[in-house]
Amino acid sequence: MARTHTKLIRGERRNLLYGLLFISPWIIGFFLFLVYPVLSNFHLGMTQYSGFGTPEWTGFANYVALFKDPLFWTSLYNTFYYVILAVPLGVIVAIGLAIAMNQKVREVAWYRAILYLPSVAPVFALSMMMIWLLNPRFGLFNYLLSWAHIPAINWLGDPHWSKLAIVLVAQFGAGHIALIFLAALQAIPPSLYDAASLDGANPWRKFCHITLPLLTPTILYDIIIGLGLGLQVFAPAYIMTGGGPLNSTMFTALYIYKNAFEYNQVGLAAAVSGILFIINATLAIVIFWSSRYWVNYHLE
Amino acid sequence: MMEAFIRPLGTRSLFEARQQLGSRLFLIAASLFYLSPMYWMVVTAFKSDQELAEFPPTLWPHELVWQNFDQATKTFPFLPYLGNTIFYAALTVLGSVLSNFVVAYGFSRIKWPGRDLLFYPVIASIFIFVQFPVNPITMVPMFSFFSGLGLVNSFLPLVLPTFLGNPFFIFLLRQFMLQIPPSLSEAARLDGANEFQIMGRVILPLTRPALLVVALLAGVNAWNDFLGPLIYLQSDKLYTLSLGLTFFKTMHRIQFNLMMAASCLVVLPVILVFLCFQRFFLQGVNLGSGK
Repeated sequence: MARTHTKLIRGERRNLLYGLLFISPWIIGFFLFLVYPVLSNFHLGMTQYSGFGTPEWTGFANYVALFKDPLFWTSLYNTFYYVILAVPLGVIVAIGLAIAMNQKVREVAWYRAILYLPSVAPVFALSMMMIWLLNPRFGLFNYLLSWAHIPAINWLGDPHWSKLAIVLVAQFGAGHIALIFLAALQAIPPSLYDAASLDGANPWRKFCHITLPLLTPTILYDIIIGLGLGLQVFAPAYIMTGGGPLNSTMFTALYIYKNAFEYNQVGLAAAVSGILFIINATLAIVIFWSSRYWVNYHLE
Repeated sequence: MMEAFIRPLGTRSLFEARQQLGSRLFLIAASLFYLSPMYWMVVTAFKSDQELAEFPPTLWPHELVWQNFDQATKTFPFLPYLGNTIFYAALTVLGSVLSNFVVAYGFSRIKWPGRDLLFYPVIASIFIFVQFPVNPITMVPMFSFFSGLGLVNSFLPLVLPTFLGNPFFIFLLRQFMLQIPPSLSEAARLDGANEFQIMGRVILPLTRPALLVVALLAGVNAWNDFLGPLIYLQSDKLYTLSLGLTFFKTMHRIQFNLMMAASCLVVLPVILVFLCFQRFFLQGVNLGSGK
């Protein structure tokens, strides 16, 4: 009896050692590329550091400077504007596409490929295309709008439209999420709809009472991922507008980049990164926490 | 309740036909919209300078100006940058497949105390660090870290992280490996195979389709990476195609036909890879949903 006992323990210890050995690359990566930089942001954020020499301790000076810098607040405003517009729009577009793809349309494989295509294309190249597509005089978009007698819009040059133009770029990635929604739609047992039909439910009621509740886990996933992507949006703004016009697309990520790599304000940039992390993590946790009130895990 | 039975079959299929027509129109409109950037890119790439200045813009070029591609590749060092991009993508694929396979094995094929608890940080990092490893939250300290080691202006800061696991790929492979019956490993173990032999000879061949998904996604991610090269590659000899394209933006007078021709050449490989491996891309998405 005693022998089997020690044997078991030995087997468990062996498993523990192997397990830790195999996951050790991730443990190193986790501490080196995630834990270290997140903590370091708060340390560097308390220093004056140009990127050369040694950081000089200045306490909360960077945070005070940020608090007084209108551009910092503009960048937060722009970022939230973007997230609040792009994330819900992304969910709606993706669900709409998924429902359409779930109908008995014969050539659905084509639509799937076409809608997914822009989400594999590089965002930087898509941004390049958009510069030309949205060109006020020679761009395709304004030309098509002119057919509907809509006057030319200076998408990237007018602060009223510039953020919308960048929200538009994000929507080209919706095909990817739409396929995840499609998988969720196909996992819904048809018997639920049959039962609802017997009770005389119309399509809209079926959508509200069957489809939507059963899509909520995927909606949660989409919102959390969209939140992270939105709060950290960088490449489209860097390429299409460079933060302009009139700082209307100066997002927080761009503000961090410019301070760290163009103005040699590394300490200040780290302070902003730390704040961005806190915002992102807090919102993600709040949304997860709220999910118990609106996410339906019934099918799983 | 009885109405559903009484309703004649004809009206019902008429309703379905209408619903189908609506879906089809919606999908066609959406497809046109989703294709519009690429369409405009290709059309513009073939236009002559004169046609580019025409108003209203032409929806199809009068004649296809193939020289645009030739000229575009002469505007910036296309071939060296292509080489750099392939180098970066190839190492990323290698690192991602190796490290994430081993890590996911440790998270799924061996039972050890604390395993599932340690998996929570993996999930948490997927959600907060959507872009991994280079993102606006971690880029400043990571840059100082690599700069302190004298590794900035090399591919090492971009490639090294891929050898140390990517939370999303770990998640994806773990889900896949959990579906392989544990009895397969047990049988091999009874036959005297050690853990490494089980991993290499039993689990590796069975995981191949999921590893292909990881390889494809990792390769495309590296090809599409902009922020990483922007920060770490400073000498223009090391530039990737993503940085090369920005040359066209900084030119005194932007030549959009050349810019779009260059964009075509950069996007084309990704499109081809996608079309060849469509099934795996679309499958990969659904592996990721945890279903």
